[in-house]
Amino acid sequence: MNIHEFQARELFAEFGVATQPGSVAHTAEEAKNVAAGLGGKLVVKAQIHAGGRGKGTFKSGFKGGVHLCETPAEAKEIASRMIGEVLVTHQTGPEGKEVGKIFVGEAVDIARELYFAILIDRSTSSPVVIASTEGGMDIETVAEKSPEKILRLIVNPFLGLMPYQTRLIAASLGLTGPLMTQASKLFTNLYRLFIERDCSMVEINPLVVTPDGKLLALDAKFNFDDNSLYRQPSIIAMRDITEEDPREVEASKFGLNYIGLDGNIACLVNGAGLAMATMDIIQHAGGMPANFLDVGGGATREQVTAAFRIILADKSVKGIFVNIFGGIMDCNIIATGIVEAAKETGLSIPLVVRLEGNNVEAGKKTLAESGLKLESGENILDAAHKIVAAVKAVA
Amino acid sequence: MSILVTPDTKVLIQGITGSFGARHAKLSLEYGTKVVAGVTPGKGGQLFEGIVPIFDTVEQAVRETGATVSAIFVPPPFAADAIVEGVDAGLDLVVAITEGIPVIDMMKVKLSMKGSKTRLIGPNCPGLVTPGTGKDSHGGCRIGIAPGYIHKKGNIGVVSRSGTLTYEAVWQLTTRGYGQSTCVGIGGDPINGTSHTDILKMFNEDPETEAIIMIGEIGGTGEEEAAAWAAANCKKPIAAFIAGATAPEGRRMGHAGAIVSGGQGTAAGKIAALRAAGIAVAETPTDMADTLIERIKNG
Repeated sequence: MNIHEFQARELFAEFGVATQPGSVAHTAEEAKNVAAGLGGKLVVKAQIHAGGRGKGTFKSGFKGGVHLCETPAEAKEIASRMIGEVLVTHQTGPEGKEVGKIFVGEAVDIARELYFAILIDRSTSSPVVIASTEGGMDIETVAEKSPEKILRLIVNPFLGLMPYQTRLIAASLGLTGPLMTQASKLFTNLYRLFIERDCSMVEINPLVVTPDGKLLALDAKFNFDDNSLYRQPSIIAMRDITEEDPREVEASKFGLNYIGLDGNIACLVNGAGLAMATMDIIQHAGGMPANFLDVGGGATREQVTAAFRIILADKSVKGIFVNIFGGIMDCNIIATGIVEAAKETGLSIPLVVRLEGNNVEAGKKTLAESGLKLESGENILDAAHKIVAAVKAVA
Repeated sequence: MSILVTPDTKVLIQGITGSFGARHAKLSLEYGTKVVAGVTPGKGGQLFEGIVPIFDTVEQAVRETGATVSAIFVPPPFAADAIVEGVDAGLDLVVAITEGIPVIDMMKVKLSMKGSKTRLIGPNCPGLVTPGTGKDSHGGCRIGIAPGYIHKKGNIGVVSRSGTLTYEAVWQLTTRGYGQSTCVGIGGDPINGTSHTDILKMFNEDPETEAIIMIGEIGGTGEEEAAAWAAANCKKPIAAFIAGATAPEGRRMGHAGAIVSGGQGTAAGKIAALRAAGIAVAETPTDMADTLIERIKNG
C-alpha cells in the first residue's frame, strides 16, 4: 500500500522526524489559511501518488504540479488551478489523475542533498539502512555509477538501530557537530516509525541540509507490508482508493489477486506462480497478457463470475485464457463455474480453457456440452497458441 | 531414502480444528500419513475425527506422541507464535503453510531460530510430499495442502516457490512414468526458512534422488545462489523453470516475495544464471518434465 506525501508528513510529525512546516488543503481558501500560518517562501504541491508531478501538466493547460510562491494570496490562486483539475505526469498515463488535495509548505533552501532509506534485506532477514551523499537522484543510478558512495548497514531487529549505528551513518554522510546530533535523532525516529507501522520500505530522497544548519526529510516514499495491515488501522485509514486501479479494488473484494497489464489476452488462473507462468506463455505464443489474475486455491463460481466481469470491463481485452490445475478441487465444479460465469456475463469474445487435475474428464465434458463457443487446450502451451490465434483472427 | 520426511514420520498439526487445517489433516490421514497429534489451545483432550488426540500445547503433543514434524495452519496473526512454539518443543521440522504472516514477524522468527536444531519450511507454502507405494501414491508422507494422488514414488526431487507450478511439474512427471523422491514447496514469501540451495544440497546427498526439477520465480536471489552452488557441487541432472518474465517491475505478483525492484530479481537474470551453471531451463511450464527427461537421457 502507498500513501500521499502529506500523509507521510503526518507520520513524520507523529514520530518526531524533522521536516518542513506545512499542511494539507482541500480547497483554495484552506490553502490560503495554511499559507498564512507559515513563514518565508511557500511551496504548493498537488497530492497524487504518481511521481513526476513537478514536470507534469494539467489538462487545463496549467503547467506543473509543484509551484513556488511568496504570499498566501498567490498560494490560493495556484491551489484554485490545481484542485479539481486533472494532472498528467509520465507516471499517470495520458488519462491523468484528478487532484483532490494539495500540500502547502514552507519552501526550503538547500545546501546539501542526501539519501536515506530503510528496507528489508531478504538475504539476512533483517532491516537494512541505505545511505548516500548523492541525494536528489535515483539510487539505482548512484549504485551503477558510483557504488562506493552507498553505505549499507544491517540492523539486528531485536536490538533495533543502535545509537552508534546512527553516528556511523551520519559520519559517512559528512554530518558532524550539531548536525550529527540531529541526524541520530532523525534516523532513530525514522527506524521506530518503520518498525511500529510495519513498513516494507521508507525512502527519504532528498534528506537535506539547509544553509542555516538544519537536517530535514524533504520528500519521502513509503511502502507498507500488506500482510501487516490487519494490525495497522491508522495506515489503512490513509488508503486512498481513488489512487488505485478500480479493477484491482473490485477484484480484492472477491479475494482475487488482479494486476492490470497492457496486452489484450486476459487470463484467469489458480495459483500465483502458475498465473505468472501463464502470462509468460501467452507472450511466448506471440500474444500479450492483459492481466495477472490469481483466483486462489478455491475458484468458486462467485469468484469466477466476478473475475469474468472484471476482465470484461477492460475494453482492450479481446480473448480470455482460463488455466486451472484442479489439484484437490473437482474440475467439473470449476467447469460448471466457468460455464455459468460465461453465460451470466454474456461472453462474446474467444475463450480458451485448459483444465487439468481431479475429475478432469467430467469437467471437459461439461465445457464441451455447454453450448458455449469455447476451445479446450490439451496443455498450457496448446491453449496459449489457441487463444493467441483466436484473438488474431478477430482483430 | 527421501529427504526431510519418510512414510514413518510422525506429524502433528497446529491449527487442526480450523476449517483449513481440518480439511487437510483429513486428506493427509486418508493418504496414509502418520498424523499423530493436533494442537489447538483450549481443545486439549478432544479427538480429531475420533482418532487423533488434540493437545493444548506442542510440548505436550511431542511428549505424548513422539511427533517430530509439525504443519502449521494457524491464521497469520498467531503464526509466528506457532512456529516458535514448534521450535522450542524441539521438533526436527516445522512446515508453515499459513499465507500472510507479517514480514517483521518472520524476520524475528528466522533470527530467533539461529542455533536451534529445527528446520523451517515456508511460510506461504504448499508443504511437502514423500510419495508412498500404494494406489495413487498412498502410504506416503503428505504435509500441507498438495494433492496426494498426482504423485508417484520414484527418483526425481522437486523444489519450488509456487504451489500450482509444483503440481504441474509433479503431474507431468507422474504421467510420463517418472516418480518422485520428495517434492518440497519452499514458499512465496520474501523471508522463508529453507532456500532452493538448502533443498538442492539434500537432494544431492540423497541416494534415492537421481535428478531434480527446480522451479523459481521473480524476486530475490535464491535461484542465482542455488545455480552457483549447483555448478560447483551438484552432479545430478537439474531442469529449472522460472515464472514472471512478463511481470512489470515494482509490482508484487500474488506472492509477497515475487517482485522485481531496482532491476533486481528478474526472470532473465535468473535464467541466465541457471544456464551459466549448466542447468537445463524449460521454455514454458508445459515442458518442465520433458526438459528434465531430455537432460537425463543426454547424460
